[in-house]
Parts: sequence; structure tokens; C-alpha cells
Amino acid sequence: MSHRYFPHTDEDKRIMLEKCGVGSIEALFADIPAELRLRRPYALGKQMSEVEVRDFFSRLSARCTPLACFAGNGHYDRYTPSVVTSMLSRSEFLTSYTPYQPEISQGTLQYIFEYQTMMARLTGMEISNASLYDGATATAEAMILASGNSRKRPRVAYSSTLCDAVVETLRTYARYHGIDIVAIPEDGGVTSVEALQSLLADGNIGGVILPQPNKYGIIEDFTGLSDAIHAAGALFIINSVAIDLATLRSPGEWGADIAVGDAQSLGIPLSFGGPYLGYMAAGKSLMRKLPGRIVGATVDASGQRTFVLTLQAREQHIRREKATSNICSNQGLMALFVTIYMSLMGDEGLRKVNSISAAGAHYLARELELTGKMRLSFPDRPFLNEFEMTTSIPAERIIDALAAKDILAGVATAPDRLLVAVTEMRTADEINRYISTVKAL
Amino acid sequence: MKTYFTPTHEYLTVDSEGNGFVGITDYAQKALGNVVYVDMPEVGDEFSEGDDFGAIESVKAASDLIIPASGEVIEVNGALEDNPRLINEDAMANWIIKIRLTDPAELDSLMDLDAYMAYLASDPH
Amino acid sequence: MNNKLYDKLIFELSRQGRRGYSLPETAFPDAVGSIPENLLRKSEIGLPQVDELTVVRHYTNMSTNNFGVDTGFYPLGSCTMKYNPKINEEMAAAPVIAAMHPDQPARFSQGALAIYHSLASALAEIGGMAEFTLNPYAGAHGELTGLMLARAYHDSRGDKKRTKVIIPDSAHGTNPASAAVAGLKVVPVKSLPDGTVDVEALAPLLDDTVAAMMMTNPNTLGIFERQIPQIAKMVHDAGALLYYDGANLNPMLGIARPGDMGFDIMHINLHKTFSTPHGGGGPGSGPVGVRAGLEHLLPNPRVVKKDDGTYDIVSSPDSMGRVSSTLGNFAVQMRALSYILSLGSDGLMEAGGLATLNANYIKESLRDLYDLPVDTVCKHEFVFDGLKDKSTGVTTLNVAKRLLDYGFHAPTIYFPLLFHESLMIEPTETESLDTIDSFIAVMRDIAHEAAADPEMVKTAPHTTPVRRPDDTEAALHPRLTFDEL
Repeated sequence: MSHRYFPHTDEDKRIMLEKCGVGSIEALFADIPAELRLRRPYALGKQMSEVEVRDFFSRLSARCTPLACFAGNGHYDRYTPSVVTSMLSRSEFLTSYTPYQPEISQGTLQYIFEYQTMMARLTGMEISNASLYDGATATAEAMILASGNSRKRPRVAYSSTLCDAVVETLRTYARYHGIDIVAIPEDGGVTSVEALQSLLADGNIGGVILPQPNKYGIIEDFTGLSDAIHAAGALFIINSVAIDLATLRSPGEWGADIAVGDAQSLGIPLSFGGPYLGYMAAGKSLMRKLPGRIVGATVDASGQRTFVLTLQAREQHIRREKATSNICSNQGLMALFVTIYMSLMGDEGLRKVNSISAAGAHYLARELELTGKMRLSFPDRPFLNEFEMTTSIPAERIIDALAAKDILAGVATAPDRLLVAVTEMRTADEINRYISTVKAL
Repeated sequence: MKTYFTPTHEYLTVDSEGNGFVGITDYAQKALGNVVYVDMPEVGDEFSEGDDFGAIESVKAASDLIIPASGEVIEVNGALEDNPRLINEDAMANWIIKIRLTDPAELDSLMDLDAYMAYLASDPH
Repeated sequence: MNNKLYDKLIFELSRQGRRGYSLPETAFPDAVGSIPENLLRKSEIGLPQVDELTVVRHYTNMSTNNFGVDTGFYPLGSCTMKYNPKINEEMAAAPVIAAMHPDQPARFSQGALAIYHSLASALAEIGGMAEFTLNPYAGAHGELTGLMLARAYHDSRGDKKRTKVIIPDSAHGTNPASAAVAGLKVVPVKSLPDGTVDVEALAPLLDDTVAAMMMTNPNTLGIFERQIPQIAKMVHDAGALLYYDGANLNPMLGIARPGDMGFDIMHINLHKTFSTPHGGGGPGSGPVGVRAGLEHLLPNPRVVKKDDGTYDIVSSPDSMGRVSSTLGNFAVQMRALSYILSLGSDGLMEAGGLATLNANYIKESLRDLYDLPVDTVCKHEFVFDGLKDKSTGVTTLNVAKRLLDYGFHAPTIYFPLLFHESLMIEPTETESLDTIDSFIAVMRDIAHEAAADPEMVKTAPHTTPVRRPDDTEAALHPRLTFDEL
């Protein structure tokens, strides 16, 4: 029996086998040693019709609890404009390959060029690459870049206030790549400036990675750090939640050399973990050291404006073991996603997303404190839309109680710590239900 | 002035004061095609014979630059920053770095012009 | 696809005062004002100001400059550009899961964890491995993860001197690049004239400083490495691990399993073998599988099925470490599972054979006009060394560009590096005899054009939205944002 994805009729097979001079498809595998051949069907069950496939997924979907999401920790429940979803489903974008043939890939190359421009502007940097996998791996790539930037300064310092998943990823990459990394301790919920200064004084630090906002949602104050880091000959790297940069002082305004992070917050659905989007933007002097794809403008043979993959001599297919990174692609379609999102939202829309989120977050934080069941872990620190509460009852119990009211309360970062985020998606009704449920505990 | 060559297609021309000018050979520039970027070290950097001191890029290829003999960089050819294609125009005239040789004895192990021509005739890659 | 370029950029459509967003009003008082002034952004971003229809038309028109699998045939060697079924897209968009946070506790996410576990188990069955992680975000990321895992294995035995990885000289550039990022030194091993690994050259390279050997099978020439049992024995006798690059797994569907060939670690590119869309470069997914005995080294976090049939997410200090923020590109994983369910065991068993039949049919139909350096039965792909008639001066690049005029994507060109004029063709199993015959006819026409009018072929393409771009200008004076135009 033939499958709908396989167009071969018996007659087609006969014609093709005849051309190949063999009597059967089996004969095309005669060179494979017999003991290596698979002599049984896969233990995977028979093919399913679309009706059955839909049923399979809807059964499993039903075993997931839909919850109004107050969890953040680097990834946020955001509004996705219907235009974005609709445009992304166009098969000319969806089913195209990496744009190696620019003559028939201008669509992809154009939107990457737009993406690079928007991401450079959002971060306040001069240039951007065509995107990376996610915020954690983008930060690891920045670490590798900083470590290799100067022979004399191979060590990289990172703040302990970076998200745990980012720190763990940095440690994995550093362990195997052979990078000496050092954690800058925290002091009252923010990076210890004193500890950073003393690390810089050692003279072998090539890069400093700081978060904005940090893992507690706190907005850190980097006043004076750019000068201190640059005086020590190190690169200043800031890891941010992309959308926050529409409101918060940008990496460019802080004097950073590299801006990295996750751009999921620009409308990308949570999807239980991905696909998301890592970004990396930098000063133009670093363009030949950036990992990943980069698109540039040029002209074609008839003189019209054309876009191409450029600076490819940095990349793995040319540099092989001398490459700065092994990335072969970008996060393609997700770069298109945020490009269309930012086109629709504009400066004003992004700022409004942040102000709605911040208003809800600050209201919720205040009201939760009034319940007496929890208090802000760092009450004097500024935050945008995410904050950490220290709870007097176990955080997991709070999560269970709120789940019974169709709410995901946040992320339990310790037995008595709850990290809570509010976005533009959370209604007044949900926020008030959150508060009343905690009150009743 | 005497010029020496490496199997990786760099040249080293030594002047009367014992300083060396390092670049890539005409064969190398032809193999690379249009040069778009030369990654050069900083003045004061020190290298030992065989070290990478930089890289040279064309659109579809990149090649490490290997130092023919140990030395300290005393000058880099700034003209290549603005116009890397000078290397395509005249590779032998457009050196990449000038070094102070720290171990002139190493020159003995390099090829002279005749040896290099014979090496090219043997079809190296 | 149009042959006329839509050439606008969104910034050129921007008009002060237009907007394309809709957002609810908040019921709560402003809070941004409570943030200290020096922590706030001072400058405008400079995003475009456009209305919704302008955005829709812009990106719709832009898409028509693009070629995709839904537009036409991609004979792209080593890329396995098969059909991306529509049902997979529908399944990946399931609303409950699309809104689910990656940190949603396991007790509220059993269905999603079951999806993860079902796909991981299916890949383990197909790969002949004990367990898979789906966390790596792309094939290259999987490769990096797998090599780090090999290092973690040696570390866990207290063996610190294994710092090298052996890679065939025919390998794709990503293999050595991944090795370098994983902190391993690359030792190339020669290929024989037929493109397979030279076992005699391999033997002296294997010592107690080798951590792993990386291979694809079939290799980049589409040839099955028959010596693989012997190679596996040699590698294992030297105390090293054998790594399978899953780039060429497709023809092995229903035929043979990497685990049975003796491989210890493998990655799979879901966008190749399991039909998830390439999306113009991503998102991909690069699951990594290991043989029994290495499971504890898989990256954190891991999804496990407990004795009571429920699923949990666990992290362990024995693990090689974390390589991603989350459990990977979950929506891509859902597409791959949908594909595997749609084909079932019976469909999957057939796929490798049909892919191989298609490749051999093209090879046999063009070998009189194109140079076939390795003349043997191929698997999913094969390599021509350019046109047979070299007197015309028409190169592989020219042939590739001329194909674009005829509405086909180009094959992979100048790879593998074993030949000067490599032209690598992989048709996949989802292409019909009719499509393949028209491709063959065009390839034959181009060979004749090369003799009759070489200049026309050398200046191709002629009918695409843009002509050949000036790559040198792009690299010499990089202009990377709209502000630099």
C-alpha cells in the first residue's frame, strides 16, 4: 500500500529500477553487510490518518492544564498579533532553505536585513547578526567571543544575577571549550560592583556579562561600569529581555560592546520551550568576530539593490576548525516573526506593552504584600514587570492553590521564593483572582 | 635585501637593518581571489616561527597567516585596512607586517626564490 | 515565484503617525514613572510606523521573491528537502501547548511531556539508541552537544588526556567547527578514491588521546561505509567513542540503524529526515541519542517516564550540563512526531528505499553528460564532478545558476571538497517521477546549452527577481543595516 507522501506507482518503480539496472529496491542496498540490516518493522505502530493524528494530539493536549501565566524567568506570555501568525504560514517563507541562492531568496534576505536593522536600533548598537538559537546560547557565544578577543585576557566574568538557565549554559560551554569563567557575587539582589572592580583589577578579564533586568526582575544600575570595564581592556556584554529595552536604558546607552539575550518576548508564543530567538548586536568593530549569519546590501549584475549573506569567511563551512562558532543557520522564521511584530507595534506599541505589564506587576506586588503571606525579596529595588516574593507558606503550595483557580502563580526558584511576572496578557480579573486566592490561603 | 618563502605561501623580505617584511605570495593571492579583509596583529605583538599572526579573507575563502620567522611586530601596513585589494594588485609590494627578527638563524630553514618556484612546480596545495 | 523583484524595505513605507498595533487599556496606575530616570531609555528606537494592511502587503509581496519546497523541487545534496506536510503545522499550533510556559510544573504538563517522550522514544527505535534528548536547538547544536557528551564520558572515567577527534576529510565544515567549540583538536583521516574512510590510514591515528571519531553513513558521496563494523571495533578498542552525524540518516529509514552499526552517540536533524520546515534557515531541532550506559550523561533537564506511567523533568549532577534554556524547540518536535505518526512503521520502512531509488535514477539518467567520479550504486545522494565536457568553460556554479532560470533550486555545489566541481544531488522520496524527469530534461538541456552558447549559461540566471549579486562589494564595504544604505 502506498502512502500519500510517496508518489511512486508500481509502474514508476518499474521504469526507474530498469534505468538503474536492478530488479528491486532491495538490490540497491546489496552493499550493506547483512548483519547490519534491519530485518523487522519499527516498533512504532501503523500509519495514522489525519483524523487519528488529530485525535492523538488533542488527547495529549487535554492532559495539559491551561493556566493564566504569571511565570517569567526569561520567557513571557505575550500578545501575538494575528498578522504575524498569518504571514509566517506563507510557504514561501516556511518551506524555503537557507538563502544560499540569493537570486531566488531575496524574501528571506530582505527580512533578515530588516531584522538586523530593528535589532540594532532596539539594543542601541550599530549592527546585529541574523539571530541565534535562544538567549542562553547567544550569551554563551558572546562569552566565547570575549574570551578569544584578546590573548592576554582570556577570562570572562559573569554576574550571579543572570538567570540560572543562562548561567548553567555558560558553565557547560566554558567547561568543554576551555574558558576560565568567574562568577561575580551578588549583593542585595544586584551584581556586586565592588567584587567586579576587584576582578577587573586582576587584569586578565576579557569580558564581563551583566543582566538587565536580572533574575529577580530587578533593573540594575550600571553607572560608571562601562568606563571601568573598558579601562581594564574587557568587553562589556549586557544580557536583556528584548522587549524591556523599549523602556529601559539600552545596552548602547550603557556603553556596552555586545547586547545579547532572548527575543521571545517580542510576541513569540511560549510553546513549552520554543522555538524562541537569541539575538546578538554589537559595535561595528566586532562585525568580523560575530558568530552566525549576517546579511549585507550590495547590487546585482544589473545594478539593482540586492541582499546577500556576507562576511562568510567567519563561518564554519569555510573556517572549519578555525571557525568562531559552529552555527550553520539562524533562527530563520523566528527572526521574521519578531520583524513583523516590531513593524506592527512600532516604538509606541512596544512602550505600551511595557507600561501595561509594569502597571499590572506593580499593583499585584503591592497587593500581595498586603496579604501578609509574602513580601518582596528586595523591596527597595526597581523593577519593570517581574519581581521575586519571599513566601511564608511553601511556594509550591501557593502554585497548587492558584492552579486550582486556573492560574500559574510563577516560578518557584526556592522553597520559599516565588518569581512572578505580569504581562499585557493578564486581565484585571486574573490579577484580582490571584490576589484573592492568596488572601484566602 | 633577500626574500625567503614558506610552504604556506608567505614571503619574508629582510632589509639591510635586519628587519623583515611579511606578506603573501602572488600564487597565494591568485588562489584566494579578491581579497576583502586582512586581519592584522597589533604593533608590539610577538610571534614565534609558525604562529598564526592574522588571517586573510576573500569572499569565499579564508586563510591563516603564518609567520615565517620569530619576531616582534614593529609596523602593520595600514593601507590594507582601507584597500585590501592592494594585495591582488601587487602581493610582493604590499607587505602585511614589518617585524624585528628575534632569531635570524631561522632564515636558513626557509626557501629561497628558486626553491619556492620548484616547490610550486611540484603542484602543492 | 515572481520574476520581478519586490524591492521595498519596511522602513521605506513608514509614515509618521501611522500605527499597526492593538492593545487593551490597563486598569492599574502607571508604574514606569516609579523607575529612576537614569535607568530608562532616552532615545527613540526608530521602528517603522505602518498600518496593518501595509504590513500584510509588504511581507506577502516579499515572500514572492522566495523559492520554497511548496514552490518547486530542491535537488539540494545533504539537505534532504522533502515535503513538509501541512498536518504537522496544524498540530504544532495546538492552542493549549502554544500558550504553555516552559517552567509550568510537570504535574500540569503531562500531555506535553508525553509528546516529548513519545518522539524521543520513536527516535531511539529508529536510531537503535537507548535514549534521546530533544533539547538541542539545531543539527549543529546537537553535534556540539554530542561531542561535549563524549568528553563528559571520558571525564567521568577520570581519563583527561583524550583531546582529539578524528573526522574524515570529506566531512562538512560543521563537524570540525563543532569539535573546536567543544574544545577538541581535529585530526583528519583520508578518504579512499571512492570516498569511503581509508581504514589503513585510520589505524595509526587511533591512540589514547582520541576522544571520538565522527562519521556520517552513508557518507557525503552517498556511499555506504561498508567497513563500519571494523571501524567501530578499532575505535572502541582504542577506548574512544563513535559519533554518528545524522545529516544522512534519511536513506537508512527501514534499512539499517546507527546503533546496530556500532555508533555510541548520534544526532538527528529533524528538519531533514523528519520533514520539519527549514524556515529559510531555522528553527531546527537536533536531538541527540546515546547507547545504553551513557544515558546519565545526557544534558539537563531530562524528561523521564516513571513507573506509574507519569512523566517528570529531572536534572542530575552526573549530566554533561545544560545546553539550552528549555527542553528545546518544542513546536518543531511536535511537527516531527506528527510526521512519524502519519507515516507509521510501514511508511517509514519505505522512505529510505524510495529516496535511494530516486537518487540512483537521476544519476543513471545524467551520467552520459555529467562527470561521475565515483561510479557505484549510491544511497540518498550522489556527486557529479561538473559537466563531462570541460572544454566549454561552463562551471558547476554556472549550471547551478542556470537551473534557477528553469524554476529549480540549485543542487549543493563545491561540496564535498574532494572534487573541484562538486555538484551534489539529493532528490528525497517525496518527489514524483514526473518532477524528476523534468529536472533531468533541464539538466540535459543545460549541458547542451553549455556547448552551444556557453556565454548564456555563464551569465545565468536571466529570469530571476535579481541577477547575480556582487559578493565582493558586499564583503569589502559591509552595509548591514538600513542606516548604512
